[in-house]
Amino acid sequence: MSSKVIQAMYNDDDVLMDAVKEVRAAKHHIEEIYTPFPVHGLDKAMGLKGTRIAITAFMYGCVGFSFAIWMMNYMMIEQWPQDIGGKPSFSFFLNMPSFVPIMFELTVFFAAHLMVITFYMRSRLWPFKKAENPDPRTTDDMFVMEVLVEGNVASLVSFLENTGTVEIKVTEK
Amino acid sequence: MSSHYEAPIRRPLIVGNKSYHDITVEVAAPVEGKANKLWWTVFTIALLAFLWGVGSIMYTIGTGIGVWGLNKTVGWAWDITNFVWWVGIGHAGTLISAVLLLFRQKWRMGINRSAEAMTIFSVVQAGLFPVIHMGRVWNAHFVLPIPNQFGTLWTNFNSPLLWDVFAISTYLSVSLVFWWTGLLPDFAMLRDRAVKPFQKKIYSLLSFGWTGRAKDWQRFEEVSLVLAGLATPLVLSVHTIVSFDFATSVIPGWHTTIFPPYFVAGAVFSGFAMVNTLLIIMRKVSNLEAYITKQHIELMNIVIMITGSIVGCAYITELFIAWYSGVEYEQYAFLNRATGPYWWAYLLMMSCNVFSPQFMWSKKLRQSITFSFIISIVVNIGMWFERFVIIVTSLHRDYLPSSWTMFSPTFVDIGIYVGTIGFFFVLFLLYARTFPVIAQAEVKSILKASGESYKLFRDAGGKNPAPAKIVKSVKPTKEIIKNTSEQKNVLLGSLGAFDKATQTADDLKLISGVGPKLEGILNNIGIYSFDQVSKMTDKEYDLLDSLLDSFKGRAKRDDWAGQAKNLKK
Repeated sequence: MSSKVIQAMYNDDDVLMDAVKEVRAAKHHIEEIYTPFPVHGLDKAMGLKGTRIAITAFMYGCVGFSFAIWMMNYMMIEQWPQDIGGKPSFSFFLNMPSFVPIMFELTVFFAAHLMVITFYMRSRLWPFKKAENPDPRTTDDMFVMEVLVEGNVASLVSFLENTGTVEIKVTEK
Repeated sequence: MSSHYEAPIRRPLIVGNKSYHDITVEVAAPVEGKANKLWWTVFTIALLAFLWGVGSIMYTIGTGIGVWGLNKTVGWAWDITNFVWWVGIGHAGTLISAVLLLFRQKWRMGINRSAEAMTIFSVVQAGLFPVIHMGRVWNAHFVLPIPNQFGTLWTNFNSPLLWDVFAISTYLSVSLVFWWTGLLPDFAMLRDRAVKPFQKKIYSLLSFGWTGRAKDWQRFEEVSLVLAGLATPLVLSVHTIVSFDFATSVIPGWHTTIFPPYFVAGAVFSGFAMVNTLLIIMRKVSNLEAYITKQHIELMNIVIMITGSIVGCAYITELFIAWYSGVEYEQYAFLNRATGPYWWAYLLMMSCNVFSPQFMWSKKLRQSITFSFIISIVVNIGMWFERFVIIVTSLHRDYLPSSWTMFSPTFVDIGIYVGTIGFFFVLFLLYARTFPVIAQAEVKSILKASGESYKLFRDAGGKNPAPAKIVKSVKPTKEIIKNTSEQKNVLLGSLGAFDKATQTADDLKLISGVGPKLEGILNNIGIYSFDQVSKMTDKEYDLLDSLLDSFKGRAKRDDWAGQAKNLKK
């Protein structure tokens, strides 16, 4: 099934925000919005759900922390409990202060890198990925709102024209 | 919109009347343009220094550490001094991008990209030293706990030198992904502007197909915030761990608990100084004075002043504790620093680090770019000597007087240090020509709140205007109307004269293509109304062009008559 989308282009973020509110109030479906920079409050205005990426970071941090404890306990306490300069290798807790720096670093390492990888995967970003913005100006100074056409094209176009758009395109998807 | 409200007391962070597009163009300009002679000259010098360093490193590895000035007593000197110095410099980048982000400091946006680049390039330099100062570089991988054929022989996790391995590699890799993620929208901007196919390909590859969807931005901001939250403790921990190399030892002069925070403060101090050195040059060379303003430099000077004072406090604390401790060894260590054979290094460190930042209390001095530049270099000299003094003066005279000795570097020590400076500048110069040196996406997001023209407009009582609607500040028309009153009369003869007494002038600026300047010129000729403009034909256009110095052909191209006809209604 081919569906039509209208791409309305704006040249200002405040105009865009007002337009988003109007389009939402008129119960039209916003497919996507492309902006050159983060417009604060746009996700709320569009009704996007919050991202859970911070929660994943916390979990990755826990993994890193556990890994560090397991690794150092295994290597220093279980496998080779040697006396290195009088350090008490009898149990993990006796020599724990020496392990703190690496426990900390590995927590940060896992949390940061795995979260970034998660972000790249969820947002589908990788080195040979082709860009999908509808117009090259959306990375410069233009804001594009894609609205799905359900019903009359002409009335939707004229509705969008009144929201302060500077250019309108109707495309098949 | 109320979201753009900013207290009038705040000075603008983006100077001049900029639009979003202007920011794009000005950030892209150094990348899209060609390198000039000055760039090639500096690059060549840096490259030669780098090559000299490579030679010195090869010589060291091929011949042995004995080619350095180290001896049995002083086993660490220039190598670790330079290591700590470079790591310290690297800290400012993360401070600027992470800590200032957590504190919502908008002024970071003009400088964070370059500060992070500086971090990465200087951590690369720092990372060389722990490797090349090894006696057996080829066994360097033994520091990693990799399962092996020696009954699986592991590393010793008690050593701060191993902690260093984890700290530096985590720091470098996390800073790198933080920086790169922030670069994606800016690479995308360059990709979408690129004309040549090769550049298009490269920036498409680098930008990872960034598209700028609302959801992408939402995640992007969350990721930046979490990374900032992780990088802040990281930056504190890394230099703390570096300071443990000394603080956990038993050497008088090293074994102190003040080192972790004191080293971190020193790192911020020297790092900001290096950012200042680089940005003062960069804003000039790359024409980015509108984004890296005097205010940015002043604020960095204030950070330098504060951290310099913290370092000063630490020096005094150390001296007090040495006296208060009653330990002769500790007391002698400080007496030796001040009056021993390295008194000049101690004096240099004290005067550069304790006194020079105090000049920044003077508003006049900290707002002076020349002065800031000089101080920023002085600070880095002082901070190099701080590490040198801590390392060498504590080692060359300690418990046993029979092991007392001196240290002097050889040309190889110096060569490697100069080489890392060369390498740093090679990387930084290449960066400045190929990367968007200002985070344009972030700067655009503060344009309406902190842009000069928007602030002025708000102060005058206006709401936030759309970018196109900003009234350019009207300057008195300097365009010289040619003294051809005859042509003027012919022109007015066919357009009809305008009588100021009976008619009201129209706002000619409403004609697209006519700005305040052109309006002034038209008024000077005697054209005030849409009615007059609407009567223009080819003949009048030519007449008008003969009266104008610039703007030739514009009236016809933009069809002023047709526009005026519509406006008249």
